[in-house]
Amino acid sequence: MTVLDVRDLSVDFATEDGALQALKKVELTVPKNRIVGVVGESGCGKSTLINAILGLLADNGSVTSGRILFEEGQDLAHLDGAAMRALRGRKIATVFQDPMGALNPVLSVGRQMRDIQYRSGLSRREKDTRSVAMLRKVRIPDPEKRLAQFPHEFSGGMKQRIAIAMALMMEPSLLIADEPTTALDATLEVTIIELLKELQQQIGCSVLFISHHLGVIAELCDEMIVMYAGEVVERGTTRDIFHNARHPYTRKLLACDPARLSHRAARLPTIPGTLPDLRRRPAGCVFQARCEIADGVCSTMPPDAVVTEGHVARCWHTSEALAVEATA
Amino acid sequence: MTSEPLLTVSDLRVQFRMGGIMAGLSGQPTSIEAVAGVSFSLERGRTFALVGESGSGKTTLARAVNGLQVAAGGSIRFEGRELRDFSKSDWKPVRRRMSMMFQDPVGSLSPRLSVRSILAEPFAIHGLSGKDANAEVMRLLALVGLPRDFADRYPHQLSGGQARRVGVARAVALDPVLIIADEPTAGLDVSVQGEVLNLLNDLRDRMGLSLLIITHNLHVVRQIADSMAVMYLGRFVEEGETEAIFAAPHHPYTAALLSANPEPDPDKVHNRIALPAEVPSLLARPSGCEFHTRCPFAQDKCAADAPLPARVGASLFTCHFPLNPETGAALAGAG
Repeated sequence: MTVLDVRDLSVDFATEDGALQALKKVELTVPKNRIVGVVGESGCGKSTLINAILGLLADNGSVTSGRILFEEGQDLAHLDGAAMRALRGRKIATVFQDPMGALNPVLSVGRQMRDIQYRSGLSRREKDTRSVAMLRKVRIPDPEKRLAQFPHEFSGGMKQRIAIAMALMMEPSLLIADEPTTALDATLEVTIIELLKELQQQIGCSVLFISHHLGVIAELCDEMIVMYAGEVVERGTTRDIFHNARHPYTRKLLACDPARLSHRAARLPTIPGTLPDLRRRPAGCVFQARCEIADGVCSTMPPDAVVTEGHVARCWHTSEALAVEATA
Repeated sequence: MTSEPLLTVSDLRVQFRMGGIMAGLSGQPTSIEAVAGVSFSLERGRTFALVGESGSGKTTLARAVNGLQVAAGGSIRFEGRELRDFSKSDWKPVRRRMSMMFQDPVGSLSPRLSVRSILAEPFAIHGLSGKDANAEVMRLLALVGLPRDFADRYPHQLSGGQARRVGVARAVALDPVLIIADEPTAGLDVSVQGEVLNLLNDLRDRMGLSLLIITHNLHVVRQIADSMAVMYLGRFVEEGETEAIFAAPHHPYTAALLSANPEPDPDKVHNRIALPAEVPSLLARPSGCEFHTRCPFAQDKCAADAPLPARVGASLFTCHFPLNPETGAALAGAG
């Protein structure tokens, strides 16, 4: 079964200078029981994508085309507020980047964990029992005592584990994790990744994992999409993308990661140029201005070319792209 | 050029007072030592990196070196002078020679000043109004590769990478010999991170700068630093040449940090050194080797006796049972 199926999704924001197309024909599938990664640099539309899925687009944003099918039934792009509220927190849960910002500083952790179960119809005592069990699952020592404590009494890593516990409390079908490890140290980062993986298998939910850290995506995700300037430029299994990337942007992005350099380089690779102005999208390929193999055909919209089954790149030159590397 | 290193820090200590009278009366500690006896030196034109988890004292150490934090003990020698007992007014000329780049590219720029004012400010503060401020601003923008019209922008109109370039321009404005950069690439995209590191490397080579870099990104350390130190609870647990430490870490904590680095290869087999438990509190430092509460190789001796610094090659480390780089197993008796 497919938990989330995004087809042809476009989102516009109305601005003083006219419409800004933040997402353009986005295609994304999250199968049941799988972890799908989303990578892309600042401004690529990761947050807009999450907000569109959660029905939390700002007032000036609107879905101009496409659908967001949840569990092969409801279309989240056209769901009313009440129906969306019934899904959020129960069927679709979220963990954000900043664990401190996700917890209310003036309420005890136990109170917040009770609050999140308010649709469950359980008694207060049953809710607390579930909270304790969940805290134990995320390896918070001494959970009974910890329930009475406030967020500032926990370390950053513990707060993020509490946020994960709260998100998974209602055993959602989809967990959206937006850069959940970015604010943490590397040692904590790996424990959070391992914890997420373990809980995902226990609960049997799917995860949409947003990160700009390629190493984390490689380690955690089964499948991934690569976003650039509001478009999904490449998608496939994590192995497809890391070992056989076919979009020039993906290849450059991978080459930029200093973790892939086995030796010290005189100059680190970069991607020359800047993101296009999304209010004036170029005709055709969105990456052409920064791409060295771009030619005449790139000024028309490239197809979603199939490289192998399930591995798709939005590019006219998927076979020539193999020669592309980031510029040192 | 003298033979003395540009910067020599010896046995530097920084303490913070904790709690009130009640804590003192009830026998609890009234201060913590955030930097507890750190020594290192930095040669001209070289880059030294400080790594460690949050709360290990990296930033406090950098602030003490720059005089933003009063040191409780030890010595800081910079360009042949002892800075530790300097007064506020003594420090001012030193800061022309030693500039600081703070964390958070956008947050470290005043939101109400234009880029022009931000870059002209160092000249005004140091009484260099004789210089043509506008020409200096244009020179600095060109130096860091930003267009001239950026002078009239405000920090909120800059991307993280652009804001970081402005931060670099401000840091090099007065021709310093040392730049202390606190997390210069945190929060930046990988392609932009490369640009900022290339820029810092270029400026180092062109202006003969030395860099003291604080980061928790070990890949960055490997690409930019000549030597490095790993901090834990305010002390160095391992220090040496970057390449040597990456090739063969001696301290289990260094090895754990190196192994905790997720690598962009889905088929990579991870032999991680898992670090159990949380970081101990500075209010209750563990006995013996302070890392023994989290060390997977700890033995009885580690809880009882503090290890003395040992040297292998150019690396200095404090561990009773340093790792053998070939097998990754604990060896007895070095140091």
